[in-house]
Amino acid sequence: MKNITLHKLFAMVLTLVSSIMLSQTPVVSTAQAQTDFDAVEIQTLKVRDNIYMLVGAGGNITVQTGEDGILIIDTQYAELSDKNLAAIRALTDKPLRYIINTHHHGDHVGGNAELKAAGFTPSGGNVGASLSNAGEGATIFAHENVLLNMAGDDNMSTEMWPTMTYFAEKKDLYFNGEGVRIIHQPNAHTNGDSIIFFRKSDVITTGDAYITSFYPFIDMSSGGTLQGFIDAANSIIDLIIPEYGQDGGTLVIPGHGRLSDIGDVINWREMLTIIRDRILDMKQRGMSLEEVLAARPTRDYDPRWAGQGIFSTENFVTAAYMTLED
Amino acid sequence: MGKICCRVSLLFVFSIASFSALAEKNFSGVWVGNYSEDFPDRLPGPELGDYAGLPLNDADRLRAQSWSASLIALPEYQCRVHPSDYASSFANIRIWEEREPITEQLIAIRIQHFAWQTRRTIWMDGREHPPEYAQHTAMGYSTGEWVAHQLKVKTTHLKEGWLRRNGVARSDQATVTEYFIRHDDILTWTVIIDDPVYLDEPFIRNRDYIYSIDSQVGNYPCDPVIEMVREPGYIPHHLPGTNPDLLIYSERHDIPVEAAMGGANTMYPEYIERLQELPKPSELRAGQE
Repeated sequence: MKNITLHKLFAMVLTLVSSIMLSQTPVVSTAQAQTDFDAVEIQTLKVRDNIYMLVGAGGNITVQTGEDGILIIDTQYAELSDKNLAAIRALTDKPLRYIINTHHHGDHVGGNAELKAAGFTPSGGNVGASLSNAGEGATIFAHENVLLNMAGDDNMSTEMWPTMTYFAEKKDLYFNGEGVRIIHQPNAHTNGDSIIFFRKSDVITTGDAYITSFYPFIDMSSGGTLQGFIDAANSIIDLIIPEYGQDGGTLVIPGHGRLSDIGDVINWREMLTIIRDRILDMKQRGMSLEEVLAARPTRDYDPRWAGQGIFSTENFVTAAYMTLED
Repeated sequence: MGKICCRVSLLFVFSIASFSALAEKNFSGVWVGNYSEDFPDRLPGPELGDYAGLPLNDADRLRAQSWSASLIALPEYQCRVHPSDYASSFANIRIWEEREPITEQLIAIRIQHFAWQTRRTIWMDGREHPPEYAQHTAMGYSTGEWVAHQLKVKTTHLKEGWLRRNGVARSDQATVTEYFIRHDDILTWTVIIDDPVYLDEPFIRNRDYIYSIDSQVGNYPCDPVIEMVREPGYIPHHLPGTNPDLLIYSERHDIPVEAAMGGANTMYPEYIERLQELPKPSELRAGQE
């Protein structure tokens, strides 16, 4: 009984901290306070012929270019919008048409308003005649939970919100000569995660459902779960066709960290699955959260994956424990 | 007189250039692995629970102890290639050069391994390594330079790999330094692995190859298949403290368990004294009877 009470208390505290730190706009404030945006340089990595990865501060940005215009995935921080726009303009002078948000965290949607304003949505006929602002700004796509999460946050202006959402398991676009599939990945990092598959370019953008930098941040306050992360990894692996063994073929742009392929995602899945099995086994044997933390079920992975704060081992194990059903 | 001076100078420059080029060893050709060293670890593969002589830390030891050989039965693991820092352990290799056709400047040295038919490039044109956010691969990103008559190679951007094929992991943060040293028809290939994640000290591995004029490097096709029907996402592994195979190596060879579990101290000659103090499995069994 005592353990259950402590667990609930811990969960409440963790949920509160998570809400403060990442799920809502204050994450922008937290990270912003630690980031010298003037010093940030946007690096551009060519992934495939017309797909690029922009690395600055916050989440990676994917850029797809072509005759139809520009599609980007995520927008980092508002403070970096001018730099990101300059990096995009260095690739093409075509109009920015689509922004896709992988989830609602501030380090991925912070630049929505500024980049949307720099874009353009074609309109005409009845739409052009009846809506005064038709054509102004790029279209922002996201799962509807992204909109709901952002709308519940007073610090996120309406200009940042998605302008078009989907609630089914997927949403398809055809842009720049290829099919673009937006796939909802439920309850991984958050309840609104999307992974995006560029079918012709053979590139997947994962948002924070897959990262290469630290342990995953399971945002419990927004519906994130460890099992959801594992399901997401399996979904990504299902989409990938390697060139040989675990190398090459489909490329993966993570939410944070380096460009990847199947080998990296397999290692990530292996780690998450093994840690899940260990924690679940401990939980099924009646071990309390405190006992599980003391047993250090991640100690063989900590030297590689442990970070600070929300990416710490304690935070990860706690959220894993709380979200695993025994 | 002026023309003579010019010709003499040019001759001098060419002489220097040729001399400089002589510092570059030519490794081109097919080389056959010499298995007189570490044979069990190379072709048959290491035994389960044999981490002796590896400077692995506690975290890597647990990785190894949790590893199940069933993992490599999963389709996505069946054709996983040996990383470049491990590939030197296997079979024939072919080495060739890529040179700029006019200046003959050495641009790259290529190596093809028989094992998994992997091919790696060692860039010799002075280029920088890519940024950290660039892709990591099994071969990594290698650049080389001549140090006297040795080819010194630095490799970064490796994916997670292994130090031994029995679950001892090498992380994706590792960097590798290699030396290729040719003594006539013998090639010594030294691999030094620095892994801040899983090693307490650098791990050094030497392999010898013999030049061959009548060998080739065969192909190595691999097509993954479903060998067992399992739940999607199933990952075979042992929970801590439950691996029944950990003592196979120490009991088969009557080596104290502590030594079999490895660690930096097990690399050094001084460890022999410690080894003599430790009980052997046979002695432990006798004590129980």
